[in-house]
Amino acid sequence: MDKHIVTPITAEVTKDLRAGDYVYISGTVYVARDAAHKRFMEALDKAEECSIEKGQEEVERKQAGALPFPVENAVIYYMGPSPAREGRPIGSAGPTTASRMDKYAPRLLDLGLKAMIGKGKRTQSVMDAIIRNQAVYFAAVGGAGALLSKCIKKSDLVCYDDLGAEAVLKLEVEDFPAVVVIDCQGNNLYETAVRKYAKEV
Amino acid sequence: MIRTIKTEEVTKNIREMCIEANHYLSRDMDKALKNAVESEEAPLGKKILCQLQENLTIAAEELIPVCQDTGMAVVFAEIGQEVHFEGILLEEAINEGVRQGYTEGFLRKSVVKDPILRENTKDNTPAVIHYSVTEGDKLKLTLAPKGFGSENMSRIFMLKPADGIEGVKNAILTAVKDAGPNACPPVVVGVGIGGTFEKCALLAKQALTRAADEHSKIAYVKEMEEEMLYKINRLGIGPGGLGGTTTALAVNINTYPTHIAGLPVAVNICCHVNRHVVRVL
Ligand code: SF4
Repeated sequence: MDKHIVTPITAEVTKDLRAGDYVYISGTVYVARDAAHKRFMEALDKAEECSIEKGQEEVERKQAGALPFPVENAVIYYMGPSPAREGRPIGSAGPTTASRMDKYAPRLLDLGLKAMIGKGKRTQSVMDAIIRNQAVYFAAVGGAGALLSKCIKKSDLVCYDDLGAEAVLKLEVEDFPAVVVIDCQGNNLYETAVRKYAKEV
Repeated sequence: MIRTIKTEEVTKNIREMCIEANHYLSRDMDKALKNAVESEEAPLGKKILCQLQENLTIAAEELIPVCQDTGMAVVFAEIGQEVHFEGILLEEAINEGVRQGYTEGFLRKSVVKDPILRENTKDNTPAVIHYSVTEGDKLKLTLAPKGFGSENMSRIFMLKPADGIEGVKNAILTAVKDAGPNACPPVVVGVGIGGTFEKCALLAKQALTRAADEHSKIAYVKEMEEEMLYKINRLGIGPGGLGGTTTALAVNINTYPTHIAGLPVAVNICCHVNRHVVRVL
């Protein structure tokens, strides 16, 4: 089913999304990939160290504040764009392989991250964190970077400029096409759809 | 007769080839995608294939790279043995072309200087260059920028002679199955059989630069290419890995003599953004 959704994405929204739904996302999306995630984790570790004696609640509050973007109900797009030509907000901008962020994703999901856009399989621990937090994993079409860039209306640098193509960006997107792959009930389109079309050899 | 080629010509051509490869796919890939749109059975799969075609149009018309991962530049330099180079070292000339192409062409710089320390070189150099010496007085350059979503899913299998052709087929199917959605299907599968450990990997990479609609000249290899394409497309993975009957657009297999005790097989997977540009100087 085709659905239009607007960020930030709440549990109200994710509870109605099912694996296989075709969605058009509009609003703010944050871009981060491997190197940026590694820095997120370092920032979280530091916040945890500073507030651990004040209890779990304080740790979580400090940690959410330690990230360079508001993580509550946020969407992260796993992507590293090519440079923008003059007069354009961004260059080619398709998804990168999500599994490289699997190590980091559960921690962000537990802090309130609601959606991830990427491509490719996720581990069981990410799947569990998606269910636990009523989140969602979307796939965008890999290798359609030129097409997807047309849905990006604005791109601002958030931080980690020194990482080049891996810097954290804040995007404004309009009708960005994606498919729900893992929904909050743990349905996984990569498994069900492939089974549906697999034939005897 | 010795023929002189100025290495600045090499730089200029490599520069242009980097930009060309990343904005326009070769005709054979175009055609393979077009055929796939017609034969795909899954509605979502068809939709994705149409988007990939639209993506190619936008890339060419608006000069936006086909994919944001503009790859690590792989260069095959086939040097006629009557060629004499004049100017800077050939290797430097190639890298200078990559440097200029990637910076001036707004392509992504995805190369790190050291695999462990991981500092970006900021100009996408160095290229991975494979030299060979051939007859004649020409220089044939093949540039194939390689994205790593699919490179990461590539495999080498050191099979035993007793595993035979069935073992090879299983290895190919296993690699494609394990790659699943990660390699941005529909994929092109480059296979190298024989040689040594490193030779079979190189054969597989070379196989990816062969046109998608061109078969091996060896009868049993051609048959295997067709059979593997058929079987891979029955795995169900489909466009984007979201289910369907188009998982691969082509299977290209290259072979080489090998040792009595071995059967090396390399499976180099490439996404549908299978970029390769050839120029002869
Ligand atoms: S695998 Fe290919 S299509 Fe996918 S992101 Fe990498 S270069 Fe692009």
